[in-house]
Amino acid sequence: MLTLILLLIPLIASIIALFLRGELVKWFSLVATISQLAFTVYVFTVFKAPNAPEVTNGLLSLNIDWINSPKINFNIGLDGMSLLMVILTNLLMPLIVLAGFNRNQERTHIMYSLMLLMHFALIGVFVSFDGFLYYIFWELALIPIYFISLNWGGVNRATVTLKFFIYTLAGSLLMLFGFLFLYWNTASHSLSWVDLTMNHICSCKQGFIFWMFFLAYAIKIPIIPFHTWQPDTYSSAPTQGTMLLSGIMLKMGLYSLLRWLLPVLPMGTAEYTPYVIAMCFIGVVYASVIAIMQTDLKKLFAYSSIAHVGLIAAGIFALNVQGIQGGLVQMLAHGINVVGVFYCADIIINRTGSSDINTLGGIRVLSPRFATYFIIIVLGSVALPLTNSFIGEFMLLLGLFEYNSWAALFAGLTVILGAVYMLRMYQKVMLGDVNENVTVFEDLKWNEELVLATIAILIFAFGIFPKPILELVAPISEQIYRLSFVR
Amino acid sequence: MNTLIYTACLGLFGLLAEIFNLRKYLIPILVLGLAVIFSLNLQTWNNSQTHFNGMLSDSNFSTAFSGLALFIMLIILILSGDFYTSTDDEKHISDYMAILMFTLCGALMMFSFSNMAMLFLGIETLSISLYVMAGSRRFELKSNEAGFKYFLMGSFASAFLLFGIALVFGVTGTFSIDGIGNYMRMHADKLDPLFIVGMLLMIFAMLFKVSAAPFHFWAPDVYEGAPSLITALMSTLVKIAAFAAFYRLLSTCFVFALGKAEIVLTISCAATLLVGNLVALVQDNFKRLLAYSGISHAGYMMLAIISIQGSTDSALFLYSVGYAVASLAAFAIAITVFKSTGTESISGFNGLAKKNPLLAASLTMAMLSLAGIPPFAGFFGKYFIFSEAFRNGWQNMVFVAIISSIIGVFYYMKVIVAMYSKPANEFEIKPTFAYQMVIAVCLIISIVLGLYPGVFTKLL
Repeated sequence: MLTLILLLIPLIASIIALFLRGELVKWFSLVATISQLAFTVYVFTVFKAPNAPEVTNGLLSLNIDWINSPKINFNIGLDGMSLLMVILTNLLMPLIVLAGFNRNQERTHIMYSLMLLMHFALIGVFVSFDGFLYYIFWELALIPIYFISLNWGGVNRATVTLKFFIYTLAGSLLMLFGFLFLYWNTASHSLSWVDLTMNHICSCKQGFIFWMFFLAYAIKIPIIPFHTWQPDTYSSAPTQGTMLLSGIMLKMGLYSLLRWLLPVLPMGTAEYTPYVIAMCFIGVVYASVIAIMQTDLKKLFAYSSIAHVGLIAAGIFALNVQGIQGGLVQMLAHGINVVGVFYCADIIINRTGSSDINTLGGIRVLSPRFATYFIIIVLGSVALPLTNSFIGEFMLLLGLFEYNSWAALFAGLTVILGAVYMLRMYQKVMLGDVNENVTVFEDLKWNEELVLATIAILIFAFGIFPKPILELVAPISEQIYRLSFVR
Repeated sequence: MNTLIYTACLGLFGLLAEIFNLRKYLIPILVLGLAVIFSLNLQTWNNSQTHFNGMLSDSNFSTAFSGLALFIMLIILILSGDFYTSTDDEKHISDYMAILMFTLCGALMMFSFSNMAMLFLGIETLSISLYVMAGSRRFELKSNEAGFKYFLMGSFASAFLLFGIALVFGVTGTFSIDGIGNYMRMHADKLDPLFIVGMLLMIFAMLFKVSAAPFHFWAPDVYEGAPSLITALMSTLVKIAAFAAFYRLLSTCFVFALGKAEIVLTISCAATLLVGNLVALVQDNFKRLLAYSGISHAGYMMLAIISIQGSTDSALFLYSVGYAVASLAAFAIAITVFKSTGTESISGFNGLAKKNPLLAASLTMAMLSLAGIPPFAGFFGKYFIFSEAFRNGWQNMVFVAIISSIIGVFYYMKVIVAMYSKPANEFEIKPTFAYQMVIAVCLIISIVLGLYPGVFTKLL
């Protein structure tokens, strides 16, 4: 029941937002997302990590018939992993809404309505326990972000967003094929998660279906070589769109690996794990090198994001408890940090009109407070101890070490390379002499300060006191680990 | 059967309206009449009967499809009020309306035939009416071309159908589908070669009527040349009627003989999917685009035909409903845009989102439904057809269909991109009240069916 309310708040808010105009709609969206956050906090307090999601109707779950034939249930619920993603989404949404204040945007009511619709779809993806329902939400999440990028995006947006749309939709349709296969090849003819994790599909077929699912997720995450849509889309989408995409939407892919791939097709996963991990590492190194050479601020962050999620995916595919737990924790951390860096990039680009790091410099002198927030976020994303990424990356490295010590070496490389491009970027943009392009740098506005301060606080809060999050994900990591073992 | 008789009466009334000078009231009366027939039609539900010495038989299958056909015709009639506005049109409005009613009669016969003669009569009644309607813009070269081309190719296909019927009659000695079905069941292991040849000829004729590749070449030219409203009729009612008749024919007469035709049907299905979607990519004319999109949709419906042993009629029906409402909404918007901009090219839609955001959003929904993206009915139709085909062991065909859906998304998005990111042209575009209503009703049905498709999944 509580999950249903979590799902309905953004949907209703999205409909109401259509009828409001101007500044009012921003305030309304802020109130809606903050009340959603408050409600999430309440759900978090009543959540007592059950080992398996309740199948029957309970406090957190709801399972009603939707379509009789083929059998599809409206089955939503919360377990540790879902709740973690819901917390991430609901933490970030108020910040993303807040980022739009003090900006001139056309047709705000449609934009915020689409954002809230996206919020609804994202929550839906994370709480669905029926494969078909999950698929619907997965597709639904794509439509609002496509229109946000198409209508409010930057140069070349039509081509870039079309590529993004077709690319991700191609992945989804392959996943649909996978779900059809699972439906007709499980004894119970159902797509409920619990049933799917108990299937007995012959290992000869699991390999093929593994790729159907993996391609969908690899495109969304994105894992190299399926990443080509991402840097362009991130740099041409409006800031709030980029924040939604990088902060939350790409977590859909990582979450889905853990929910719908590893436990459902354990033999297929086991068969192809080495290839996937190799792909992830190639991706990590490749993306890091490009990020080091990159001079465009937004593209640099886009490639850094590819490197970071590549590490998370590799850790998940290490198939041990540390790797899975680290992946989950790191998803939360990365979501917060990436939203932070993209917002900083947007503040800089908005004020100086330039995104080329060679034409920037010395902003610290002009706006010391912004420099402080920015360095905290940068340090957070290079995984300095006491910041939120540290715990996650440490556990990921541990998991990969257990899988293979060479893998851990490569994974360690990401951390080093990450420090190289992030600190180099910070040095060029913020330190040194004031570049002639950056003579005036307006001080932070109240909403910008609020967003950055919240992110900075979150970075330290989860870095210093990660216990609640670790406790939240520990049981579910164990469970996914057990289910991912070859049956 | 009553549905058929009353519809024919409406057609006759249309002709008489000319004499009694009732042209002004004709459309409202016909709309009212169709609405009454629609509700009468529902009474035949679960009430199977045979009529005219086994010539026609009502079944839930025929009732469901008749209901859909009546609904589509109702929408077409409502749209025709603001479509036929020139003086030449007004002179002929009663003829047009009468012919439309007879088209519907043909479709109704195709849903409930139980004798080959009625199948042929139904198809011919439908086709001949359409030949006339396709060429009904007498002073336009393209319309003449469309009518003539459709007539030549269509009569060729009809000849195939007749020849097939004759051969099957020669082997079985009966025109009744029960008789042919009995023969097929009794001789399932050792069928007469002439029977199989007859069956294949009939299948070819039906493939032509549903515009499946490689018999699809008439469709784009005819769709482009015919008046837009008739194009809407052809791509919805006619296609669905042809598929329903195809399904009924194969499921009653040829189920056990289909092994021999399997290769033909699968190749045609795959070719239809790929040709329809690939050629649609390069179209600039919106009507041609919808024609090729219609061909690709024929490919998806062919999936229901090739997996016919698993009785996929519900899936076919759900798909038809989803396809019909989305197409009708798209055509209603397209006709409005054509009228204001004077061009049928996709560039006419440029910047529509800035001029009329609601209309652009509606066309977006229609396009997303046609592309098969949730939560619209088009997605569920596709899903159920795929699911049924999968169950019956056609995984490879489903895979081909999935790949072609991915290709298909491109050209539907082309229209959306034109509306949202191209600079606007100067024409003001505002649909009339009737059109607004039609668009709203169709899209609401699409969304409701998308959210609750359960009503139709186990209908038949």
